[in-house]
Amino acid sequence: MAKQYETVIGLEVHVELATRTKIFCGCSTAFGGSPNSHTCPVCTGMPGTLPVLNKKVLEYAVSVGLATNCQITRYSKFDRKNYFYPDNPQNYQISQLYLPICRDGYVEIDIRQNMEGDEADPEQRSRGACPTDGGASAEGLDCGNRKRIGIHEIHMEEDAGKLIHDEWEDCTLVDYNRSGVPLIEIVSEPDMRSAEEVIAYLEKLRLIIRYLGASDCKLQEGSMRADVNLSVREAGSSLLGTRTEMKNLNSFRSIVRAIENEKNRQIDLLESGQAVVQETRRWDEAKEISYPMRSKEDAQDYRYFPDPDLAPIRISDEFLEEIRARQPELRTEKMGRYRREYDIPEYDIEIITQSRHMAELFEVTVALGSQPKKVSNWLMVETLRLLKEREMDPEDICFTPEHLAKLISLTESKAINSTVAKEVFEAMFDRDVDPEQYVEERGLKMVSDTDALRRVVEEVIAANPQSVEDYRNGKDRAIGFLVGQTMKAMKGKADPVSVNGLLRELL
Amino acid sequence: MELLSLSAVELGRRIREGRTTAVEAMQAVLNQIDREEQSYNCYITVDRERALKKAEEAQQKIESGALSGPLAGVPMAVKDNLCTEGMLTTCGSRILGNFIPAYSAEAVSALERAGAVIIGKTNMDEFAMGSTTETSAYGPTRNPHNPEHVPGGSSGGSAAAVAAEECFFALGSDTGGSIRQPASHCGVVGMKPTYGTVSRYGLVAYGSSLDQIGPLCKTVEDCAVILDLLASDGMEGPHVGNQGSDFPLRDSTRIRREDTRFTEALIKDVRGMRIGIPKDYIPFTESEQEASGGPDPEVRDAVRKAAQLLKENGAIVEAFDLELVDYAIPAYYTIAAAEASSNLERFDGIKYGYRAENADELHQMYKETRSRGFGAEVKRRIMLGSFVLSSGYYDAYYLKALRVKAMIKKTFDEAFRKYDCILGPVAPTTAPKLGESLCDPIKMYLGDIYTISTNLAGLPAISLPCGKDGKGLPIGLQLIGDCFQEKKLLQIAYTYEQTANLR
Repeated sequence: MAKQYETVIGLEVHVELATRTKIFCGCSTAFGGSPNSHTCPVCTGMPGTLPVLNKKVLEYAVSVGLATNCQITRYSKFDRKNYFYPDNPQNYQISQLYLPICRDGYVEIDIRQNMEGDEADPEQRSRGACPTDGGASAEGLDCGNRKRIGIHEIHMEEDAGKLIHDEWEDCTLVDYNRSGVPLIEIVSEPDMRSAEEVIAYLEKLRLIIRYLGASDCKLQEGSMRADVNLSVREAGSSLLGTRTEMKNLNSFRSIVRAIENEKNRQIDLLESGQAVVQETRRWDEAKEISYPMRSKEDAQDYRYFPDPDLAPIRISDEFLEEIRARQPELRTEKMGRYRREYDIPEYDIEIITQSRHMAELFEVTVALGSQPKKVSNWLMVETLRLLKEREMDPEDICFTPEHLAKLISLTESKAINSTVAKEVFEAMFDRDVDPEQYVEERGLKMVSDTDALRRVVEEVIAANPQSVEDYRNGKDRAIGFLVGQTMKAMKGKADPVSVNGLLRELL
Repeated sequence: MELLSLSAVELGRRIREGRTTAVEAMQAVLNQIDREEQSYNCYITVDRERALKKAEEAQQKIESGALSGPLAGVPMAVKDNLCTEGMLTTCGSRILGNFIPAYSAEAVSALERAGAVIIGKTNMDEFAMGSTTETSAYGPTRNPHNPEHVPGGSSGGSAAAVAAEECFFALGSDTGGSIRQPASHCGVVGMKPTYGTVSRYGLVAYGSSLDQIGPLCKTVEDCAVILDLLASDGMEGPHVGNQGSDFPLRDSTRIRREDTRFTEALIKDVRGMRIGIPKDYIPFTESEQEASGGPDPEVRDAVRKAAQLLKENGAIVEAFDLELVDYAIPAYYTIAAAEASSNLERFDGIKYGYRAENADELHQMYKETRSRGFGAEVKRRIMLGSFVLSSGYYDAYYLKALRVKAMIKKTFDEAFRKYDCILGPVAPTTAPKLGESLCDPIKMYLGDIYTISTNLAGLPAISLPCGKDGKGLPIGLQLIGDCFQEKKLLQIAYTYEQTANLR
């Protein structure tokens, strides 16, 4: 019988922080920009220049640490990681090794039953109830359908520049616009057992960080990057196998593929009596295969030491309290409040709170006087449909709550009917148009002038004698055709119910 | 040339009084450079055109009343590891042989704003690594008191330029004695302020946790005036830095100081001030002399005589044990080399400076560029520094050195509970002959014995002339103070200077 294997996964997640300026100088962090246009003597490593820490970076890092149940290091330092490569203008990266800003945290993920791939062993799964608070777990704890993933540490560091090889000129060009963009690296414990858990963990991290406003966490644009440390071991073993680190994973899809691929590669090696080599591997997305970048033997000695140019960071009680007080309501709390305050279905709550932006849209629109269920309907149906159609992220919704409230009010007062409302909404979704103005300009308002409506109805009756005849002969369905004809003549700007009433009256 | 012998403050006064002009002073200095530079090689760069143009501008501002400070219109020299916008900044190295910064060091800008005018950039040991100014890629500087001898280092060009009257004052940097020791060898005044007093922004780093900028000048009064300008720069107004943080501006290791009116300390009075002399520095008995090695007898006697003079002026002078000398040198060279090995990594031929042209692959380019761009002493310290930081040795060397540093600080703290100031020599000997030191680097490192512990402890210290040896070479007196106690040092130094009347 074939051996059963368990996959053990830990993640190193780099998140680009949403600061306006870089971590150690005043240059812009804006994405794009012509090469080296967002640079200064500091972030290009000119002689004699010195770094000064951006306070906002520290605030974000502490905020993420608090939201992931970490201990905040009250006396923290930056260290230099020394290595020669042209993307790094100083030939050392300013990072944190010895005293990272956050340690020993955790997040909880939801795990679905009947997961594909490796099933977490039932023994581990039934290991008692989740503690509701208190210290972090040394290893992930299963709690029914929730599991705790430990966070080993979070540290702050600077991003490097970008090398572009010019094939034509056969030379390499350096763009330092990214150099000094602030990052946090979130290092998990090896608590994940499957690709599904990894994705659930990443989604949870992304949700928390987006709620905090600390980053937009876009994998494609590189503002969130994950390196996967993976090893396999025989099921039931408590020893860790030799791990590899996988880099260049640019989407959830490639993470899932790479994990499956690497798990199988390692199992095949072990099955054929070979050993797994500790190494860093690079995922080739197109070929769906990984290949080794460097092994432990040629691992560099980074000669880490405390950066003497940056004063140690002392976190005062006041600073910590300030950050704590400013922490936004996170999703779990928000869901609880929605259940208490708004009469909307649980499913709606779950979807709306998945994005802080969407939740804010919801809350503000309701605060402007719209009925919660109406607001949630617009978000759950039309918004989700268009997001999917346009392949957009909820964070990128551009319309304002004021406009959504106006649209709802227009439909409530029957100024427009639902078909028109959908058209207006789409324009609002794409260009954030003012619904009132839009309806006005295009003459989409329903005709409330009964005389005008009566004239059209009379014309429709006159033009369709057969249907009138049918109706009078008891074919009730014929009235539907007449309503349709009236609506068509009115170019949709009439309330079908009123049309129906008027027709019956006149017939 | 009467003008050239004036102190910086005296010259500034004459300019303000209209008895001479900034241009006249600059012209006199340039003429002096024409006469003397061949013998001493104080400068790497002299930019005559710029110097005269800036002197002209300063003179106009003085006449219009826009400039009125004590150094307005006074020509100054700047050590070549301080960045100067638009002016070659080599650090005495081949690797920066073509480097023209787009920015000035904050210390340089502060003095320029006060009206001082740059003459040029002074010679130095490559990247400030050396004690003789012989490791410069641009030839050694010679001691104006005797060209057979070195001027000391690493700020040897600055010290020699002051002594040779090729400037009215100069800026230097001090990582282990690099201002005080050449000041001592050249018979001028030099001061290393408390770590964090002067912004290091624009000073090409050697040992970041030890480096501090300071003046080399002719009198204690000049020293106080220059230090005032350097330390108070950027201290006024709200401190909203480029990062939205309250303070600091561009140097995170800088300390906010309010007490920067150093000229207030120019008082000729040391009555009741307590001065301690470490027995290891100046042995008073034959057995102490034998136990410690101690400085040359001529140095020892000159320093003793200076202490005696202060005693006669009412100071309480006594000998005491300061037990830290044994570990200071290895700890210093470990920490300074470790930081230097990392600080100098940016010189790789990619972005600026020298690049070896014959390499066809990245790592070969790094190797060739750095092998040819750096001199022997720099390479020695990079290797030493890389070694002490490498995995497996970090705890044994670097961390241990940091512990020694903390111990040294503690020992000084205890001493300053008893004394206002610690008095001793600057260097064990007067200036050695050219070529004597380089063949024995360990001996050269040991020459730093009296200066480096103050850098490790971050303390302020001043070096001032206290006589000459039999060969006519200057001897320096060192006064070390507790952190932020520059005023006490200046008061004692001023009293000594005014009483001894050596100038």
